[in-house]
Amino acid sequence: MRLLGVLILVLVVACTDTKSTPVFHADNNPSSLSDWNLFKTSSGKLELTEGVVPYDLNSSLFTDYALKLRTIWVPRQRRGVLDLSEDIGFPIGTVISKTFYYPKGSEPETVLMGQEVAGALNPLLTRLDHVKLVETRLLVRRDSGWEAVSYVWNSTQSDAKLTKIGGVVDLTLADKELNRTSFAYLVPDINQCAGCHAPNNTSREIEPLGIKPRHFNKEFTHDSKVQNQLEHLAVLGYLRKPPSSDMVSPNVDWTNTKYSLDRRARAYLDINCSHCHNPVGPADTSGLDLTVSARDKLDLGVCKLPIAAGAGTGGRLFSIVPGQPDASILIHRLETTDPGAMMPELGRALQHKEGVALVRAWIEEMDGEC
Amino acid sequence: MRKSLYAFLGLVIVGCSSNVEVSVEQRIREQLIDAQPGDVIEIPAGKFSFERGLSLTSDGVTIRGQGMDETVLSFAGQVAGAEGLLVTASYFTIEDLAIEDTKGDGLKVNEGENITIRRVRVEWTGEPKTENGAYGIYPVQTTNVLVEDTITRGASDAGLYVGQSRDVIVRRNLAEFNVAGIEIENTIHADVYDNVATNNTGGILVFNMPQLMQEGKATRVFKNRVYANNTRNFGHPGTPVASVPAGTGVIVNSNDQVEIFENEINDHKTANIIISSLFMTGYADATQSSAFDPYPEGIFIYDNKISNGGSAPDNKELEMARTLIFGEKGRLPDIVWDGFFDPEKLVDGKIPDALKICVDNGDVGILNVNGPSGFTQPSLDKRPFMCTLDKLPAVDLGRDNQGRT
Repeated sequence: MRLLGVLILVLVVACTDTKSTPVFHADNNPSSLSDWNLFKTSSGKLELTEGVVPYDLNSSLFTDYALKLRTIWVPRQRRGVLDLSEDIGFPIGTVISKTFYYPKGSEPETVLMGQEVAGALNPLLTRLDHVKLVETRLLVRRDSGWEAVSYVWNSTQSDAKLTKIGGVVDLTLADKELNRTSFAYLVPDINQCAGCHAPNNTSREIEPLGIKPRHFNKEFTHDSKVQNQLEHLAVLGYLRKPPSSDMVSPNVDWTNTKYSLDRRARAYLDINCSHCHNPVGPADTSGLDLTVSARDKLDLGVCKLPIAAGAGTGGRLFSIVPGQPDASILIHRLETTDPGAMMPELGRALQHKEGVALVRAWIEEMDGEC
Repeated sequence: MRKSLYAFLGLVIVGCSSNVEVSVEQRIREQLIDAQPGDVIEIPAGKFSFERGLSLTSDGVTIRGQGMDETVLSFAGQVAGAEGLLVTASYFTIEDLAIEDTKGDGLKVNEGENITIRRVRVEWTGEPKTENGAYGIYPVQTTNVLVEDTITRGASDAGLYVGQSRDVIVRRNLAEFNVAGIEIENTIHADVYDNVATNNTGGILVFNMPQLMQEGKATRVFKNRVYANNTRNFGHPGTPVASVPAGTGVIVNSNDQVEIFENEINDHKTANIIISSLFMTGYADATQSSAFDPYPEGIFIYDNKISNGGSAPDNKELEMARTLIFGEKGRLPDIVWDGFFDPEKLVDGKIPDALKICVDNGDVGILNVNGPSGFTQPSLDKRPFMCTLDKLPAVDLGRDNQGRT
């Protein structure tokens, strides 16, 4: 009995001894996600360790209807230098994570179309037995710059394992009407991470895409308290100086119908396309610029000829034909799931029906002709 | 730092390989990820299948197989990736292997300098068909590029395509059964010689497209064998090459300072050589930024062996011109010009010498279909083309005969 007491004491000490804050690995990527100590899943809930800040974005990238948990963590001793207004200043040691997950279906490898909860942690994450965790991608700010890496969750969801070469996860998605679609969920290999995260194809530096003022400037609920995400980082001491309210004009939430169709569509195209389709991006070869700040109609694709689209044209003549979504290459590129024709080129195997509907409506209301 | 990461990952892989067998496919992918400047990635003989595209991001890497028929990377079962191999790096060499049946492009090099593609075969096996990927070999926004001794087959756009690049040599390649055999687009200083283009829809194309970072000029097309490119156009409607009439040898479209000489060009049912503007492709003015120059200017054609063209043009206007002017069994002349010129550049009502289309090619005939008149007043007058232009200098990549720097 006494022995048992000692044993329990040892266990308790062992538990409380376990580090409750993340660990920055300066030189290498450990083989298990748990070695970063960003999350705990042992209680059946996904819990963030101390100092790990969840966030979301005004509009977010579509990835085969996966739900996403995003977090940022900066080591305590390196806080106070982040300066988002200048788009610089992520201190060494910063770890950004994105976990891709789905509500679990009734059969193995079947997942459900879930619902994102804007501006808050998704309560699903407190019931991991109802969740399929697929992968967690990290962006790690090391001495030499950002590095990207992915971890794939094991079947018991106790941990995720490093993958360098990525892979395909065969999943079946059941929508609300329980229509089933099988698809090949892509876990990128490390080089493919640069396919999106090196938005300047000349410097080719890896960088975060979501934590940009225009995407990040919004509210989020932390411990029942609603706070602007930038202000929250300021309170936590992450920022070098407090954010000014006029610092950033945020993109809109493309799902929010109180905003104009134009602003919603542009926000959607910005987050889904502009990492390549920007004036210095890998897709500058096409002459199509889908950043939210693009102003020239031709740059945006209106009456623009395809350059090297191949099957991507879908038999259509122009990127956008005002008023005619079905004559617009852009719509074909978003609708198709042919790897040789679809956009984005990586990270999508399913059609994003709601996104397509938005861009369709946007083109529909455009005036002009080609 | 980076090195130590890779060293560590290497250990992990080594650690795993004792109990898990790593396939050649996995090893190739790992080598591409781990690659450091100076590395040579050797791929053994055999056929290796990939369901996801490959990519390389490190400068200074050579990928080498055991031969175009011995080492085959097959993408027949590809489910992800818009290319077979995507390279975003400089000082890159790939040689002695084949890439087959990719869903999109075969080999794409997107931005980089000092690129060498040698004895690489990119092919869509089976009959030429629209479902095939677009480009076989596809360097774009590259500088100092050598593509030699390659084979491309079955591309639904261009077999060998160099776009938006500068200082390019394309030599001794075979392009067949593609929509476009060899295409040089928006590129400055390209030498295209000793190639064979046959059984494509169009053999060799020198194009400029609007709305891109640079307009191309100064391409020399010489000593090529361009024959019987009469394959029906199986390009995707909407792509620029879908407008290429089947049975075209060499086409210059909207490009400037193009020299075509000492080629053998024959047996093309539409025309052996077409000089045209963006207007000919049927696109309206609305699609061009005002800065774009759609007119082909400074074109010099001389000393080619040209024969047997224009018997059955795959183009309504040209076929009409053939029967009207030359009768049911007649042929079009070997060179066809769409007749569009820039009226704003006329000096005293004439095209300045440097912007002319000059033909010094014996008794080869020329047809001006006179597009500006609505194709109603074609002309066979060769006098406007009797001129010569300064010859372009050879492209110098600073490499030796073997293509080494």
